[in-house]
Amino acid sequence: MTYEVPEIPGEQTEDPTGHHEEHGWPLWEVFVRPKRGLNHSHAGSLHAPDAEAAVQNARDAYTRRAEGISVWVVPSAAIHASDDSEAMFEPFEDRPYRHPTFYDIPDEVGQM
Amino acid sequence: MTYLVRLADDNVVLGQRLSEYIASAPDLEEDLAIANIGLDHIGIAQHVYTYAAEVEGAGRTEDDFAFWRTERQFTNTLLVEQPHEGFGELIARQFLFDAYQLELWEALARSSDDRLAGIAAKALKEARYHLRHTASWVVRLGDGTDESHRRMQDAIDSMWRFTGELFEADDLDRQMAAEGVGVDPTTLREAWDATVDEVLAEATLLRPDDPYQASGGRNGLHSEYLGHLLAEMQWMQRTYPKLQW
Repeated sequence: MTYEVPEIPGEQTEDPTGHHEEHGWPLWEVFVRPKRGLNHSHAGSLHAPDAEAAVQNARDAYTRRAEGISVWVVPSAAIHASDDSEAMFEPFEDRPYRHPTFYDIPDEVGQM
Repeated sequence: MTYLVRLADDNVVLGQRLSEYIASAPDLEEDLAIANIGLDHIGIAQHVYTYAAEVEGAGRTEDDFAFWRTERQFTNTLLVEQPHEGFGELIARQFLFDAYQLELWEALARSSDDRLAGIAAKALKEARYHLRHTASWVVRLGDGTDESHRRMQDAIDSMWRFTGELFEADDLDRQMAAEGVGVDPTTLREAWDATVDEVLAEATLLRPDDPYQASGGRNGLHSEYLGHLLAEMQWMQRTYPKLQW
């Protein structure tokens, strides 16, 4: 998904999320990378008129206490979520031999 | 000391002005952004006042400068004390001032005074972000709808007459610049013009051609708005002297 802030004078502003909410600006999901080597993870969501503003708002809403070194914003409408957890995930619960829970993980390894 | 106080007065007054807007921005997110920018300005003012108090060596603190001086003793420029009727004016005032602060702190970061240079280096990073934020709003509103374009142009026009003062130099400025401590504001004008022209062009806004430029803030001659602002900012310390929390 690419999106650029419209810059042509008089151009109709397009909603990057592809739909308009009843009131206010579109919703964006914010992903923050806490430090180098870690992945961006979901921090929350916010409203903003465009991607540039969304990044700036994310900075003030989610990183002002030094929580991150990089921010991604994604139009919430661009996210497709799984549904029907019964069919999607429950079958795996009956396959304990697939669960890597029988190993002792040394503390030094950290989060796996 | 007087030079330092002059620098800090701009930031503290603007920080107070921005704090008035909390809970009035177009959305919660922008509220946070403006509060953040306001806090940055108050933080810088605090550092500079603290240093000024040390230079003076009379036992005053940063609070004495902020809360125990009267209107005539404040030497901030007229731009920062101007009230805003709406978001557009707030952004216009902030953008025009941020573009100036960027050049100011960049120059002061090279000050021969290490302490001031250190404060300026910190302030410079903040100023870069402030300018990016407010410039993006000038472009967004200027190059937005007909209505937002009209309002943004009106806002720029209404603040324009207070920009000339930012670049006026008096004997103190020239003396500080000659000693390598401060900067002659007239030398900042060219870069400010370039920044402002570039952003206004991108925003499809016209650079105002307003021959009238107000002045006097540096000498303590303020518009009627500063007194009200100070009354609000100072009432707590003046009602309960030495109050701390």
